[in-house]
Amino acid sequence: MTITDTTPILGRPALATPPRRSRKPVVHVFFGDLAATSLTVATGFLLLSMIPAINWAVFDANWTTGDPATCREGGACWAFIAAKFRFIIFGVYPPDQQWRPLVVMGLIITMVLASLSPRLWGRKLAYGWVAAIAAMLTLMWGGVLGMALVPTSSWGGLPVTLLLALLSLGLGFPFAVFLALGRRSKLPVPRLLSILTIELVRGLPLVGLLFVASILLPLLLPAGWTIDKLGRTLAALTVFAAAYLAEVIRGGLQGLPPGQVEAAKALGIPGWKTVWHIVLPQALQKVIPPLTNTAIVMVKNTSLVLIVGVFDMLSASRVAATDPLWPAPYVESYVFVAAIYFVICFGISNYARWLESRVQARTYR
Amino acid sequence: MIAALWDNRRFRNWGGQLLLLGGLAALLIWLVTNTVANLDARGIRVGFDFLSRPANFPISESVLPYDPADTFLWAYITGVGNTVAISILAIALSTALGLIVGLARRSQHPLTSGVASVFVTTVRNMPLIVHLLFWYALATTALPAPREALNPLPGVFLSLRGLYIPALELDANAAAFVGCLLASLALLVAFRRKVVSYFRLEGGGAGLLLLAVSAAFALFWAALFIPATSLSLPEYKGFNFSGGLRLSPEFAALMVGLVIYTSAFIGEIIRGGIDAVPAGQWEAGRAIGLSERHTLTHVIIPQALRIIIPPMTSQYLSTVKNTTLALAVGYPELGLVVGTVINQTGQAIESIALLLGTFLTISLAVSLFMNWYNARVALVEAR
Repeated sequence: MTITDTTPILGRPALATPPRRSRKPVVHVFFGDLAATSLTVATGFLLLSMIPAINWAVFDANWTTGDPATCREGGACWAFIAAKFRFIIFGVYPPDQQWRPLVVMGLIITMVLASLSPRLWGRKLAYGWVAAIAAMLTLMWGGVLGMALVPTSSWGGLPVTLLLALLSLGLGFPFAVFLALGRRSKLPVPRLLSILTIELVRGLPLVGLLFVASILLPLLLPAGWTIDKLGRTLAALTVFAAAYLAEVIRGGLQGLPPGQVEAAKALGIPGWKTVWHIVLPQALQKVIPPLTNTAIVMVKNTSLVLIVGVFDMLSASRVAATDPLWPAPYVESYVFVAAIYFVICFGISNYARWLESRVQARTYR
Repeated sequence: MIAALWDNRRFRNWGGQLLLLGGLAALLIWLVTNTVANLDARGIRVGFDFLSRPANFPISESVLPYDPADTFLWAYITGVGNTVAISILAIALSTALGLIVGLARRSQHPLTSGVASVFVTTVRNMPLIVHLLFWYALATTALPAPREALNPLPGVFLSLRGLYIPALELDANAAAFVGCLLASLALLVAFRRKVVSYFRLEGGGAGLLLLAVSAAFALFWAALFIPATSLSLPEYKGFNFSGGLRLSPEFAALMVGLVIYTSAFIGEIIRGGIDAVPAGQWEAGRAIGLSERHTLTHVIIPQALRIIIPPMTSQYLSTVKNTTLALAVGYPELGLVVGTVINQTGQAIESIALLLGTFLTISLAVSLFMNWYNARVALVEAR
């Protein structure tokens, strides 16, 4: 018997086949015992109580109407959404110029699709995003290339929602990296300042920050400086996003094995180069799945700008429902807007799940 | 020489930090000078003395008694009172609903877990403010007029005016009764170990005994004082309801929206916490002869709690912060009161400072409490 042969003398116990999962009959699953039966009854009762809502929303609903005033009789007035679709999506943007926000949304979708695969992540994609965002803002503002100037007070609807989310995350990210590095620093001043900033912002409700931006910011800046309402709101959202992103990035920095920095030190690589070329690339790659969570939170948070009077998609839907020709179909408006938010956030969260499974597959290869 | 200084690590560190501090100080000074100049130009005087002036604006509903003749300070306190009240109520209700959602998600029953998972996915992927506006729209447009109010249960009326429910009217004696009942219960719970060992009730009898004793206490006090308690039923008289307790559409929409939204998140936290306890713990519990119930209460729950508490803390904190969205539906919590005060007085800096200060205090208090609780639970593990 060789040393490598470890077969026990008494022979290997018969390989146990995993017990076959017995497929219970359907009746057994739903009415097998008391607990299952009561759960079936309770859930069934819950579902039955939804029937009036489903009737209202689907079977009794008016999908087209000749007379807006009677549209809501019996069921939901989805004809209203069809009639106000352009207003809810584009807000008060001049109707003959609405191809511009449409192109902006097309650009956003193209760029997002182009960034999905981790294989394409890199410097080129980052430059691509910067160029795309510059193009989007140019398209929205106009004033060049023969496009009429559209002030931000006339922007509205879905493009504003998407731009606020994208810009607050994009502008907040560099700040977040500095805050996260500062919080991990051994030097007292940057560490304390970072902790103070992060905890202060995270301890406050976003509504409070929006108040500060819309009411206090004009007082804090010199008299000649004016930032419009959209810009001030964006500032508040950026600060908010930076604090939350910083905590996520800190998680990535903490997850980095200390050997990486020690190896860089041993090779004599100077501090900032270590951070830029060794620490950050690895840490940021790790935190991309949790960063998508922050992205969902920020997309949802952009809806709060309604409170300080920025005309995002939610405000547009609310204003649309005030049209006296229609019988105040607020509920339908909000359901429609909620559905759009759902599509965006559900898409991001499913993408995050796919990304996470990919990252795990690569780590455990 | 500069190169030599630059190469000196200590000099570089301290120089950099001093530079950072100096830059920050310069920024602050710049902001303050701007603000002073702006305030001068607009003729606004800074100071908290306006707080003692009468507020002269109504607050539609409040937990604390409020009258427009009261001072601005009292208006703030009323706002804080409303914020605290809806926070506590929303956290308690959504924890209860979240527990149901979390357990339903873990259920083996395909229908129950399916419904729960659809609920969680739908609710979490929509902004809270949309939830609130939806329920508010439903409460203010879909409900019937007071004359044709829905009457799902005797004494409960649902109409455009809001929800009317029977109210328990307590006078001083009845309040004393409730106080005594709570105190005796608290005493019993505090000394339950002594009670249990004195009566040698090591097994399942302890809970039964506690229940029996509290029931006896309750009956004793109730027999003494029950005539002092009366039930006030709402009824439709003239053009409005009288009697009972009125929950305004604003309050109802806020509560329903906030509780549904938060419970979806809490459900996921609870499910994740229980899932994270390895299956081997259940098996080990069975192997050493613990009953299913004891495995759950003594093995699984303590370990799940340790995982649940940190995310639960941040969920509670964000619920407190989320109550500020009540101003979208017009419920007078702190944010709405502060907005009104700014409109009335123009004292924006002071008002916003009060708003931010209040929320920082609440955030700090909640996280301190939860840290203390977390430490207690963690000790159980180390023992």
